[in-house]
Amino acid sequence: MTNSDLMASDVMVKVDGLRKSYGAVEAVRGVSLEVHRGQVVVLIGPSGCGKSTFLRCINLLERPSAGTLQVSERTIDFGSGRSMPHGRDLARFRSRIGMVFQQFDLFPHMTALRNVMSGPVIVKKMAASEAEAIARSLLAKVGLAAFTERFPRELSGGQQQRVAIARAMAMSPEVMLFDEVTSALDPELVGEVLDVMKQLATDGTTMIVVTHEMGFAREVADRVVVMDAGQVVEQGPAEEVLLQPRNPRTASFLSRFHSTLVGRS
Amino acid sequence: MGYKWDFGAVYSYLNLWIKGFGVTLGYSLGTVVGGLIIGVICGMLLLYRRKWVTLPIHYYVEIFRCTPLLVQIVWFYYALPIVLAVELPAWLAAGLGLTLYMGAFSTEIFRGGIISIDKGQWQAARALGMTNGELMRHVILPQAIKRMVPPFVNQSIIQLKNTSLLYVVAVPDLMYTGSIVVADTFRPLEVYTSVAVMYFAILYPLTLWATRMEARVDQ
Repeated sequence: MTNSDLMASDVMVKVDGLRKSYGAVEAVRGVSLEVHRGQVVVLIGPSGCGKSTFLRCINLLERPSAGTLQVSERTIDFGSGRSMPHGRDLARFRSRIGMVFQQFDLFPHMTALRNVMSGPVIVKKMAASEAEAIARSLLAKVGLAAFTERFPRELSGGQQQRVAIARAMAMSPEVMLFDEVTSALDPELVGEVLDVMKQLATDGTTMIVVTHEMGFAREVADRVVVMDAGQVVEQGPAEEVLLQPRNPRTASFLSRFHSTLVGRS
Repeated sequence: MGYKWDFGAVYSYLNLWIKGFGVTLGYSLGTVVGGLIIGVICGMLLLYRRKWVTLPIHYYVEIFRCTPLLVQIVWFYYALPIVLAVELPAWLAAGLGLTLYMGAFSTEIFRGGIISIDKGQWQAARALGMTNGELMRHVILPQAIKRMVPPFVNQSIIQLKNTSLLYVVAVPDLMYTGSIVVADTFRPLEVYTSVAVMYFAILYPLTLWATRMEARVDQ
């Protein structure tokens, strides 16, 4: 095996020239991104800059208009339009990518335990006993061992979001996508969710995180990617991008978070 | 007023009433179940979003929603056998109209229940890697069915009352039995009061049950 093969096998997500348009509006205008195993990449940028849309393109919740997308071994070219998977193939592709949403989106008719078991049992057809063991250990890991039998409506927002993280992790995904997962939470609940995410990062989970939590970005991100108007305007190590941005648009965006960033330094 | 009420005339036709009661219940049950099956099938097909599937269903639903049921029953009874050039027994022709009418409303109830489920549920299930069948069965339907029950019970109650329209094509339901007894006894006040009481006796417990169901779904 040559050195470049080793390098290639280490790439978990590789996006090249990805575009997404809605009619005449182009939300993502040619974004490229490479994420290696165990890396945490944080995507920031003003509202409407296309970062969430870009994230949703990675697990094909949005269908890209052009570009190529590679997640571990699987490469999809959207130029031809023909290689977009569908049906069971699409489901299998998504099952390797975990995603956590702003609104948690737990299944309200299932307990916390059943929510976490749902992926392994329904998608992987795993035996219930085996899935339950996985679910219990994941719920313990996110600090909810005592809440397994609670329904989502009986949990706080922060607890629900931690269940949602456990649910996504139960599929043993190769990469986790976080789409503004603390934006819908009361301020005092944000910390508990960020703590779980930091733990995942420490454990070596490959993560792509869209967030407005600059403190988290600075502390956890291996790389910060700044998007504006559907394009990447700057990227690099967290300290560099967040504290000494080179691009004026990055600087103007980050000035709103000045107190958070400087306060931590 | 000097009117002397005499319900004795009504009671002497007990056998006829029992038969009418049975016909009304039978038509209600048959057309509700038939309509439900149509509703589930058409409601599911509507999710396919292919024009050649959804357009015919759309027109079916709208034609039955936008024409009076009385007209439909009469049309099925008199016109359908001619259009199809087959002999349809009266009971079937009349029942078909009622069933398709219920089916149209059931389709709407089913579709409404499905699309009322938050988009986040669909995307969360898809993100886990569920196929459309899996997400429908394990995530969407368990939630949607709870929401479909109250409107469906409500429509079934309306449907039971609608079977009274069958009297125009001489199906011997409660209403038609009433008209026969009136013709025999010249006692419309007692007869139609009794008919009303009988419909009420069937439906009042049903509405109480429906209210309890709604309270349970709200939880």
